[in-house]
Amino acid sequence: MLQKIYDWVDERFDITPMWRDIADHEVPEHVNPAHHFSAFVYCFGGLTFFVTVIQVLSGMFLTMYYVPDIENAWRSVYYLQTEVAHGQIVRGMHHWGASVVIVMLFLHTLRVFFQGAYKKPRELNWMVGVLLFFVMLALGLTGYLLPWDNKAYFASVVTLQIAEGVPFIGEFAKTLLSGDPSIVGAQTLTRFFAIHVFFLPAALFVLMAIHFILIRKQGISGPL
Amino acid sequence: MSEKKNEVSRRQFLNYTLTGVGGFMAAGILAPMVRFAIDPVLKATSGSEMSPVVDVSELSNEPQRFDWTIEQVDAWYTSDVTKSAWVYLDDNDEIVALSPVCKHLGCAVNWAGNSDYPDQFFCPCHDGRYYKDGTNVPNTPPDAPLDEFELEVKDGTLYLGNPKPRGEA
Repeated sequence: MLQKIYDWVDERFDITPMWRDIADHEVPEHVNPAHHFSAFVYCFGGLTFFVTVIQVLSGMFLTMYYVPDIENAWRSVYYLQTEVAHGQIVRGMHHWGASVVIVMLFLHTLRVFFQGAYKKPRELNWMVGVLLFFVMLALGLTGYLLPWDNKAYFASVVTLQIAEGVPFIGEFAKTLLSGDPSIVGAQTLTRFFAIHVFFLPAALFVLMAIHFILIRKQGISGPL
Repeated sequence: MSEKKNEVSRRQFLNYTLTGVGGFMAAGILAPMVRFAIDPVLKATSGSEMSPVVDVSELSNEPQRFDWTIEQVDAWYTSDVTKSAWVYLDDNDEIVALSPVCKHLGCAVNWAGNSDYPDQFFCPCHDGRYYKDGTNVPNTPPDAPLDEFELEVKDGTLYLGNPKPRGEA
């Protein structure tokens, strides 16, 4: 049955070459943990992607209940944690995943750095990777404010003071981020929400696409 | 030859294993999220609560509109919501409490709202009309009688619950 559906689509759309191009390629021996156990270090990039997928999914589901408004943000989070079935699990996945994804990203970066895998012709992909790292940190930072509790609020106050400390454009950057020159409040929360849920994920997806296309174009770096 | 055919190749075995493990992981991730999303559908609806509306002695044969306020809990938002009903005593002195929501497109109907029909409920939006017992007048827009409130009388006070639709006119 499934095979028939697949054949029907394939006959018209010719999808076999597409998925083969994405999924069906040789894994070199030095990258395969079955041959050399130490090759597990090559898993961190994939694990980062895996956790990112969990973050995207759990985030999408969380917005079914979350409200980015100073009156209701905390109450909606409290409601989904205490009243909605599996609310603790879904928010827990997003909360802990946010930390795990940074850890995986960092381990992946360490592997690439110490193996010298960033060298020509892969410098461009290293740069894209660094941008991905910044986007991910920014996602963690903007997401931290959204529950609108004391910890979130004062962490964001500190963040905005750091932004203000930038020479020349500090004041401008702070107002741009918080939506008001002096208040950290209603406009800050909606801005952080929009950045967290629309702007940064868009940047993330574009950068990830470039990152992956470059890997496939250049192939994985050779053994040490 | 035929025995050979039934053997699972190494590639097939690995394919099945990978699909199985992958499917298990995907299910483990998606199950709590899906349950989380469909929670409102599965939540047990709280039984209708009866609210005191009016003293029975105030009722007459003439439909009167009574308003009352309930505390509505909408997830993290609690608010006061005003409800209304048209209440009167029928020929057998039984209490009738009709919902004012027109069955056509949901406007509020009024008793004797049109001077041409002084003994009917009238909907100002599309000239929908109902007889005193709530039955829709044929050939006017509504296609069902007005909903009737669940009601009970305790210590001379009328309590109303949720409006319930009636059978076809």
